[in-house]
Amino acid sequence: MQVFKIPDSMKKGFKYTFCPGCDHGIAVRLVAELLDEMNLKEKSILVASIGCSVFLYDFLDVDSIEAPHGRAMAEATGVKRARPDKFVFTYQGDGDFASIGLAESTHAALRGENLSGICINNTTYGMTGGQHGPTTLIGQKTTTSPMGRFAETYGYPIKIAEHIALCKGTAYSARVALDTVAHINQAKKALKKAFQVQLDGLGYGFVEILSTCPTNWKMTPDQAHERVKNEMIPEFPLGVFKDVTENIDKV
Amino acid sequence: MAEKELLKGNYAIAEAAVRAGCECYFGYPITPQTEIGEYLSQRMYDLGRGYVCAESELAAINMVLGAASTGAKAMTSSSSCAVALMQEALSYACSDEVPVVLVNVMRAGPGLGYIYPAQGDYTQAVYGGGNGDYKMIVLAPSTVQECIDLTYKAFYLSQKYRNPTMVLADGLLGQMMEPAVFSKYPYPEIDNSNWALTGAKGREGRKICSVAPSEEKQIEHINNLFKKYELIAENETEWEEIGTEDADIVLVAFGSMTRNIKAAAKVLRGQGLKVGMFRPITLSPFPSGRLNELSNHVKKFVVVEMNMGQMVNDVKLAVNGKTDVELINRSVGQWLSVEEIVDGVNKFIPAGVN
Repeated sequence: MQVFKIPDSMKKGFKYTFCPGCDHGIAVRLVAELLDEMNLKEKSILVASIGCSVFLYDFLDVDSIEAPHGRAMAEATGVKRARPDKFVFTYQGDGDFASIGLAESTHAALRGENLSGICINNTTYGMTGGQHGPTTLIGQKTTTSPMGRFAETYGYPIKIAEHIALCKGTAYSARVALDTVAHINQAKKALKKAFQVQLDGLGYGFVEILSTCPTNWKMTPDQAHERVKNEMIPEFPLGVFKDVTENIDKV
Repeated sequence: MAEKELLKGNYAIAEAAVRAGCECYFGYPITPQTEIGEYLSQRMYDLGRGYVCAESELAAINMVLGAASTGAKAMTSSSSCAVALMQEALSYACSDEVPVVLVNVMRAGPGLGYIYPAQGDYTQAVYGGGNGDYKMIVLAPSTVQECIDLTYKAFYLSQKYRNPTMVLADGLLGQMMEPAVFSKYPYPEIDNSNWALTGAKGREGRKICSVAPSEEKQIEHINNLFKKYELIAENETEWEEIGTEDADIVLVAFGSMTRNIKAAAKVLRGQGLKVGMFRPITLSPFPSGRLNELSNHVKKFVVVEMNMGQMVNDVKLAVNGKTDVELINRSVGQWLSVEEIVDGVNKFIPAGVN
């Protein structure tokens, strides 16, 4: 019995370049499985971002363009307005989506662009070596908050999925995690919904994925998933914050 | 036969974009070019084409980058300090070889600089304000008619060479009215099916990006870009010259200042001086070769521009020390008048000559 198959939407002979224990690999695989299952590969245009998330275009066998840092939702808007019949999605980190790109991300949602956005939240800038970012937790030590994030100087982390849910053009906004099999299954359901609302022309579909960064957190993969459960989920609760479709799948 | 109409420069550019087949316009308001976005908001809607009031100039140029990556003709327009915001995306678009069209209707600078017309973005346009080695194609209209003709050309050249192309106009030209004709878009359509993002149907996924997987590949990529720029220079360099054959003095200007050096050259001829005029139509590629040829018999080039002396440096490089190059300029505001240019030229002529 075949229990696992590499999705057709993955590039032939691809090799992940993510660090061991990083959840990006799971997120990418979920996206690829859905492109297969929803028959989207041939009509997909991916807008890649800057950071570890950029490598998605090395793993997915779809048409893709890189966006300058933070501008993925603007580029995706251009792609979709020019080619409304295509399936257009972005894959960004929290720094790209919610710090440098917050204006683009918010306004794409406010316009109700028929786009799907995926944001990997790992509470740090991973590629540059673990700096303080928009989702860094209070108390979290990073290379640019070595004493731990404290609000008087660094302010507070942003709750991205809730923020996007507040935008009237948003059709679907959810936060998921990849720390357990149950959560991974829920994540796939949420991604499917975020893709489907675009296909149905309902507006902006968004999923924030809580993810690990063992290298910069200086943890083992297991410890990193414990941190997702014990520190991230209490601050960033999982759930669906907006769903304009009638039958709400509770995540 | 198309009729002449009395047209404002900004409207001429906007309608020319429509007639060139622009499928998507993305923009953010800024004086003195706001009429372009205003006009297109209705026109594009009526035609069922793409239009977005972008949240910023950063977003606008990146929307163009996205739309153009699918092979669609797409454009934004802006002015000086806001074009400064777009430089990052232009560097990407050059490296990605995506045919972005951008109109800059220049205002005063540096900084906010207020809304006086000026020509202070020559260097930004020609040398680029973004990072790395790249070149845009830059076209400089001098009349409302050329606003139409060069907007057509910008769409064509950007598609032909897969290279960002800028129409560099100024506040004077954007706001003035004069008779012009909308001729038919005169260029062939370019087949972009071999590179555009259309979905990986029956083929492998395409990737448009500026990151090469190795140092060697990155060097090769940049070398290929520069081979393309050489080809563009060979094929597309364009200029206008009048009365240069016997000229001792040649006035050089770009954009709408061309109008005043044409008139000044006539006045100076009337005074018995052998004066001609020269004006690059393509600022990038710059007609260095022709200026160098002219420097074999021309004794003095006088560059007239509304900035602190930007194009004058390219004229100096072109003549490479063979001929004197002088500058008549003002930073911003009231265009240098014909009288000011004539007086300025006379000051460069030693007493007793002529």
